[in-house]
Amino acid sequence: MINPLKYDNCDVAIIGSGPAGLAAAIALKKQGVNRVLVLERESEAGGIPRHCGHPPFGVLEHARVMTGPSYAKKNIRTAQNAGVDMALKTSVTALGVKGELSIASPLGTGTIQAKRVLIATGVRETPRSARLISGSRLLGISTTGALQSMVYLKNLIPFRNPVVVGTEIVSFSALFTCKKAGIHPVAMLEEKPKPSIMQPLQKAAHLFGVPLFLNTQIINIIGKDRVEAVKVADIEGNIRKIDCDGVLFTGLFTPESSLVSMSHLKLDHNTKSPVIDEFNRCSDLAYYAAGNLLQPLNIAGNCWRQGRKTASFIAKDLKENAHVNLGK
Amino acid sequence: MNSKNCNKTTPDTHKKGSSSSLISADIAIIGGGVVGCAVARKMALEGASVVLIEKAPDILDGASKGNSAILHTGFDAPVDSLEQKCVQNGYDEYIKIHESLNLPLLKTSALVAAWSKEEEDRFPDIFKKGVNNGVKDLCLLSRKEILNLEPSLANHIRSAILVPKEYVIDPWSAPFAYLKQALENGGQALFNAEVTKGRFDGTNWYLNTKQGEVQAGYVINCAGLYGDILDKNVLGSTQFQIKPRKGQFVVFDKAARKLLSSIILPVPTERTKGIVLFPTIFGNIVVGPTAEEQESRSNASVDKKTLTLLVEQAIEKLPALAKMPITATYAGIRPATEKKHYRVIHNHDKNWITLGGIRSTGLTGALGLACHVHDLLLQQGSDFKKLETPVTTTVPNLAEHLPRDWAREGYEEIICHCEMVTKREITAAMKGCLPAGSIDGLKRRTRATMGRCQGFYCSARLAELTKEKFTNTIGVGELDD
Ligand SMILES: Cc1cc2nc3c(=O)[nH]c(=O)nc-3n(C[C@H](O)[C@H](O)[C@H](O)COP(=O)(O)OP(=O)(O)OC[C@H]3O[C@@H](n4cnc5c(N)ncnc54)[C@H](O)[C@@H]3O)c2cc1C
Ligand SMILES: Cc1cc2nc3c(=O)[nH]c(=O)nc-3n(C[C@H](O)[C@H](O)[C@H](O)COP(=O)(O)OP(=O)(O)OC[C@H]3O[C@@H](n4cnc5c(N)ncnc54)[C@H](O)[C@@H]3O)c2cc1C
Repeated sequence: MINPLKYDNCDVAIIGSGPAGLAAAIALKKQGVNRVLVLERESEAGGIPRHCGHPPFGVLEHARVMTGPSYAKKNIRTAQNAGVDMALKTSVTALGVKGELSIASPLGTGTIQAKRVLIATGVRETPRSARLISGSRLLGISTTGALQSMVYLKNLIPFRNPVVVGTEIVSFSALFTCKKAGIHPVAMLEEKPKPSIMQPLQKAAHLFGVPLFLNTQIINIIGKDRVEAVKVADIEGNIRKIDCDGVLFTGLFTPESSLVSMSHLKLDHNTKSPVIDEFNRCSDLAYYAAGNLLQPLNIAGNCWRQGRKTASFIAKDLKENAHVNLGK
Repeated sequence: MNSKNCNKTTPDTHKKGSSSSLISADIAIIGGGVVGCAVARKMALEGASVVLIEKAPDILDGASKGNSAILHTGFDAPVDSLEQKCVQNGYDEYIKIHESLNLPLLKTSALVAAWSKEEEDRFPDIFKKGVNNGVKDLCLLSRKEILNLEPSLANHIRSAILVPKEYVIDPWSAPFAYLKQALENGGQALFNAEVTKGRFDGTNWYLNTKQGEVQAGYVINCAGLYGDILDKNVLGSTQFQIKPRKGQFVVFDKAARKLLSSIILPVPTERTKGIVLFPTIFGNIVVGPTAEEQESRSNASVDKKTLTLLVEQAIEKLPALAKMPITATYAGIRPATEKKHYRVIHNHDKNWITLGGIRSTGLTGALGLACHVHDLLLQQGSDFKKLETPVTTTVPNLAEHLPRDWAREGYEEIICHCEMVTKREITAAMKGCLPAGSIDGLKRRTRATMGRCQGFYCSARLAELTKEKFTNTIGVGELDD
């Protein structure tokens, strides 16, 4: 394992080893950048696809249909072959001016000075609390990301008969995961009059025998320790109780921009993404951003492409401004 | 001394004393809220053998689960009341002991903020009350002075009273430390042990719990939201009635912390302390609590309408919050009664003390109440021999402004990234003399899943680490079940 605390002369530090981060790292190496270090807080690299045990991944970038985990493995292998250095279990805890990163790893805490930094920290779903959903705090309330990590990485299920909230692409993916795990959702709810994605979702819901309720929202989550039922209301104010043992909140993706929001970098408070110029460069010129952090939620292939493109900007910047020392 | 000294009693560890009793002790404390934990600590240190009996699988299952975590000076407490005395003593005691227990203190100070002329008109009364309560360092701040201190506050603020010594603490680590110290000094604790009945033979109490019988010379009722029911079921009658009063809160993202350094108190009205804006020891900004009468003693649910109103009120006072994401919502239930004051009742004949109706200042007042219990027992003629060299207990720090576990190498891995909770912390919280008894208990001991993502990244790993550890676990089964 690379000790990030002893990594000197870092040309580019990349925060996050998802598709965007790895694509950028590989491209940077190919363009002759010498010291490229990927910092990943998990104990394995690969990002979100690691726990999406379903296709389609890789169509745009590898011209193959793959599942998330095999796609992640391929990306890691390619990065290793290209000479990318990777520090796992390494959390970036703060972004300092001009590319000075504070990091924490089981080996210790400290800082790294990079000439340029690429932030590729991805997105997450909006949990129940941030949606201000009524009801009790109980076991059995989850998001698709959490469900998929449980199912695909740990072989565990958080519920058997949940209510699914949301009708985005990812909700579709949630239904498949449930199917695979032997989970039988009892209802799918959408606040709006129409599902966010029409065709496949209605079909899938129908196929899996999950009744779809439009114009309907949760008004209470009931239970003692674990979810026992939800109360839902439709647009006319009709209330019904649905027995279930969980609530799965899907979609409403929000950038994982906590590092940015706690730092000196400018954040767009509407999108919660960092403010960038046409080169994906942030308000501190030592920082760039790519991937889902910039546009929730895009497919992995597009994040990959964007990572690669941003890498060209960074490589060019380094070449042209090698003499300009942004760092201390 | 260490965990050898520490008695978490499981039903099969019978102790000598009485032939039929599972445990016998000088004092039985019923209820593991902050009050019960503080009483257990005090009496253990005074040399009594104590047993704390809790119906839930872990401490802090009632009123103490969700509060504002403010360490009150008592400047606005009812003058000359027991509450005022306990709050003040509790405050002083916390300041005295917190460092040795490794408990944090965030020296925020508070502003009683007036946003209208009517509110300003109440200031003289507040000053007077403060002086009568011995809080003599209150001072008036002008709008300009306030905005110097708190530049992000809305500028329609008029004036404020500065309460320099009103602080913020960790609402869960404090009671945890109190009980842990009691256990490390010979005390015992029983969980999943609801007290349902009991009998007094003139010398001893025999309490029926779901785990078996407990024999004790004295009983301290610290059952919080169930204090009246316990009195009725075991003592035979009660002098008060619990009127549960819920308070909802909204927690803003840590990015909001830079917007506020003090606690912003409203001008108190008759019924409630009102909606507060405050920093937490964990680095968030919180708005709340509401004051809603309800029937249920256990239903701490939130509702969207109220939460939305809270957010609006917060934004009105601190406009930049409009740009801040919301991290969490929660509610706590105050054990209010039909009267305002603490309902402390000493039944001499029956060796029974009820600490009831510890409504909205119990986190601060607990250590003071514990001293009060000691005084009452002394009056009754008890003579325990104070421990000469008590074991010093420490608890892990969870406060954001002090070094956390992740800053020390060798932690294996971060489990919860948002709150930077290490595997080492999780493992430790499930061991030792007061191990987590539930997922909630584990969260309160470590903060796992309490951050921005609320478990998106970490609940799978946490489910794996806690598999089969608790009665109710995150996972309900395996894939190929
Ligand atoms: C449930 C679900 C199903 C999906 N299904 C599909 C699909 O079928 N096909 C498809 O093409 N796309 C799918 N996607 C989308 C795809 O996963 C994303 O587009 C892609 O992973 C985004 O890549 P990224 O590199 O931007 O971020 P991510 O993959 O999210 O990677 C970000 C990485 O940054 C790390 N990180 C974050 N903060 C820090 C820090 N402070 N320090 C160190 N490391 C940090 C994280 O640990 C993570 O590994 C799905 C997404 C989800 C959530
Ligand atoms: C919204 C809100 C905000 C607050 N803010 C503050 C603040 O900022 N500062 C402050 O100092 N205080 C504050 N408080 C007050 C403080 O939280 C309470 O005063 C305190 O928690 C009361 O603790 P307790 O131990 O009396 O009761 P509880 O915490 O209710 O404890 C009683 C325990 O007894 C157990 N029990 C009940 N019946 C039985 C039985 N028969 N057998 C065994 N066990 C039993 C219960 O399970 C429970 O764990 C606030 C309270 C609320 C609700």
